[in-house]
This record gives sequence, C-alpha cells and structure tokens, in this order.
Amino acid sequence: MANNYYDPADLRKFGKISEWSEELGEKFFDYYGKVFEEGALSAREKSLIALAVAHVVKCPYCIDAYTKDGLQRGITKEEMMEAVHAGAAIESGATLVHGVQMMNKYNKLSM
Amino acid sequence: MATKSLKARHNELAETNKQLDILSGGVFADGELPRFKDKLSNIGQYPLRPKKLEIFQINVGYMCNQVCEHCHVDAGPDRKEIMTKETMQQCLDVISHTGAHTLDLTGGAPEMNPNFRWFVEEAAKVGIKDFIVRSNLTIIMANKKYNDLPDFFKEYNIHVVSSMPHYTRGKTDKQRGDGVFDKSIQALKKLNEVGYGMPDSPLKLDLVYNPSGAFLPSDQAAMERDFKKALKEDFNIEFHNLFAITNLPISRFLDYLIASDNYEDYMYSLVEAYNPAAVANVMCTNTISVSWDGWLFDCDFNQMLGLKVASKVNHIKDYNEEVLNDRNIIISQHCYGCTAGAGSSCQGTVT
Ligand code: SF4
Ligand code: SF4
Repeated sequence: MANNYYDPADLRKFGKISEWSEELGEKFFDYYGKVFEEGALSAREKSLIALAVAHVVKCPYCIDAYTKDGLQRGITKEEMMEAVHAGAAIESGATLVHGVQMMNKYNKLSM
Repeated sequence: MATKSLKARHNELAETNKQLDILSGGVFADGELPRFKDKLSNIGQYPLRPKKLEIFQINVGYMCNQVCEHCHVDAGPDRKEIMTKETMQQCLDVISHTGAHTLDLTGGAPEMNPNFRWFVEEAAKVGIKDFIVRSNLTIIMANKKYNDLPDFFKEYNIHVVSSMPHYTRGKTDKQRGDGVFDKSIQALKKLNEVGYGMPDSPLKLDLVYNPSGAFLPSDQAAMERDFKKALKEDFNIEFHNLFAITNLPISRFLDYLIASDNYEDYMYSLVEAYNPAAVANVMCTNTISVSWDGWLFDCDFNQMLGLKVASKVNHIKDYNEEVLNDRNIIISQHCYGCTAGAGSSCQGTVT
C-alpha cells in the first residue's frame, strides 16, 4: 500500500475500476471515449475544456492526462494557461456571485 | 541543449548494446509490460516478414549541422561517418536494378556529404519514380554554398521532406536549438519561391512533425490542419503533407527519456497505444536501409541500433533483392514506436 493518497502510477490503472463492476465501468469508459471524439466541438477544443475542468475539480490525474493530451495535439502552453484561467474565473465568479446572496440576506436582516 | 553527439560526449548510450539492454530490460524483463514479440505472436505476425521492396533508403552520413535533442541518429557536426563515393557507386549499381519505386536519402544532413550533388545527379538518371531527400531546412541557410539547394532540388525534381517540430518558435528552438525556427521559416520561403509546396505544384514539399518531448503525436490530419493554418497566416508558407512521426526510444531520445525520468511512462504510452492494424504497414516491411559504410538494415532505427539484416546478404556489395527479401525482420521494444496509434513511419501514419 502506498503511503500517499495520489500516486502518478495509479492513473495507468484507471481501467481497473471495471474489474469490480464490469458493466458500470464499461459504460463509463464507452461514454468517456465518445464524449471526447470529434463532434460539433473539435477534439482539440474538448481537450482544453477538460484541462480547465481538471483544474477546477483539482484532480491531479486529470491535470497530468490533459496536459499530455494537449501537448500531443500541439496545443501551446499559452492556450493551456488561458484555459486554466477560464476555469479559475468561473470558479471564483461562482464564489463571488454568492456575494449577492450575502448582500440580500444582509439587507433583509438589517433595518 | 547539448552541442555534441552522445558519441563525442562518450555517453554510454552511444553503445548500441547498452541501448538494446535497456529496451529489453526493466518493465519488459519483469513482465510488467509485454514484449513487442509477444504482441506480434498474438496476431500471427511473428516473425515479421518483409513484403515487396518499395523504398530504398540510404543514409549518406551521420554528420549534421544540428544536434537535435530527439535525434535517433545521434547526428551532429562532430560525426565523421560519411558515405564514400565508392559506396555511393555500389548503391547506384543497385538502384539501377531494384524494383523499388522510391529512393530516400537521409542522414544527418545528407547535403553535407561532399559527394551529395554528384550522387543525386547520377541517381536521378536512373529514373526512379519518387526521389526523396530529407532536408532539415536550416542547412539551406547554414552556409552560402547551400543557399542554392532549392534550385538544385528543383532541377532534379527532388521530393523534399523536411522536419518542422512545431509552428511556434519556442517549441522548435527548444528541441532543435536556438534560431532553428527562424532559419527553417526562411528556408521554407526559399523553397516556396522556386515552386516547392505550392498548391498545385508537382514539386513536392512535405513536413515531418516529431513531438518535442515525452509524448506521442496525435491525429495527423488535425495536426496538418493546424500547421497549414498557422504557417499560412503567420508566414504565408505553403506545403503539401504533414507526417506525424512518433519518436522511437533510441539514441538521444532514449537518453532524454531516461534523464528526464520519463522512460517508463513513455514505454507505457507506446504499449497502450499499440495498434495491431499498424503492424502490416510498418516501414521495415517495404524498405531497405543502407548505412554510410554500405551495411543493410531493416530500417533506419535498426541501423542506429547496429542490428544488421538477418540475411546472408547484408552488405550493398553483395546485394540480391530476392535473397534479402526472404528474411525475418529484427525487432525489439523500440518497434512499439512504429505501431502506436495510427502507426508511424518515415511517411507518417500507416493505417
Ligand atoms: S534530427 Fe535530423 S536535423 Fe536533427 S540532428 Fe538529427 S539528423 Fe540532424
Ligand atoms: S523500428 Fe524498424 S524494425 Fe521495428 S517496426 Fe519499426 S521499422 Fe520495423
């Protein structure tokens, strides 16, 4: 047993989750594969979205995977960093927009 | 970035045996990853056998004006292995009889061989259908004596295949050295000027893309689209096809993988991307590779690993196509580089 929560080598074992629940695992991987195919959005655009979301959900495996995927697709580091900022902006915006709730509550409670 | 070859640095990976040990040791020795041989056996393709010979590839020397970090040849200005006129003559004798329709000159920088132009002139007389020269582009700008190469290529209707790792400066220079990007752009412009790579031009100009790091190339068509758009918009440069080629874990690229602690992950990626459909068209099934000193190999990669063809005809002076074609191709784990994804050969995707 590794004595740390995240081991980079575990990413390679991702597929093994199907071993304990074959049907659900396979359905997930089929879906996953389909999502990232070329569609109305290009595979390249989806890769950048995935990278942004990976940062927002703070998944080190996904960050490794989609940084490499971006490199493979010839995506530049400037494009990758802008995608991360897009994710971060939405995440901080989501926090800040709750400020309105705070303001509403404050006003309601105040005379 | 190193400015000398592994050989000049006395790096242990300059020894082919050391490289072969690494390729069959580690994760492949302890069974963590399957060997290439086992993968071929699974699909009834072991031993791997050649089909009809189509491409005759000649490495006219390991000298190069560049010292790219990923180079599988370990080429550089310090390499002195250069094909002599005598060996070239032996090659010409073979070319005039071969059934191959493509002649492919590579290096190093083939243009640095002092007899390069003579050889091209003579070989062109044989009337081969597709005559390729692999030019690294910067050589055209490296010295006045090379400035007229575009015209020279045009005169002999050479099909120019050039390496261009990325359409942005930063990435190209990191892999190939400072200034390589700007010089490559200038060279491409010169090639365009004489007609190379223009939309309907018969003067073929193709680009080769190798990933600049420990990752695999993705979809060749998408990369081609991106390259075409960027080179056209930013520099008004045209070219025909883009070949996306996987870096094989040998020589300087192997050294880089090990030094950057990426070797195991890279081998995992290659094995994971193994595509059985790519096996039928790997380069060695239709190519013979000749070294600067006339030895014969299944491919340029095996040449760099010192793995001569497993045939009693193993030198150009004894060339016999029939005997040679009746051989087993020598494989090891570096071959996974040819079967990853859509597959990869010097002509790009193979499936
Ligand atoms: S990759 Fe090509 S251009 Fe670069 S050092 Fe090797 S032979 Fe020369
Ligand atoms: S490395 Fe050479 S021998 Fe191995 S599969 Fe590729 S072309 Fe064939």
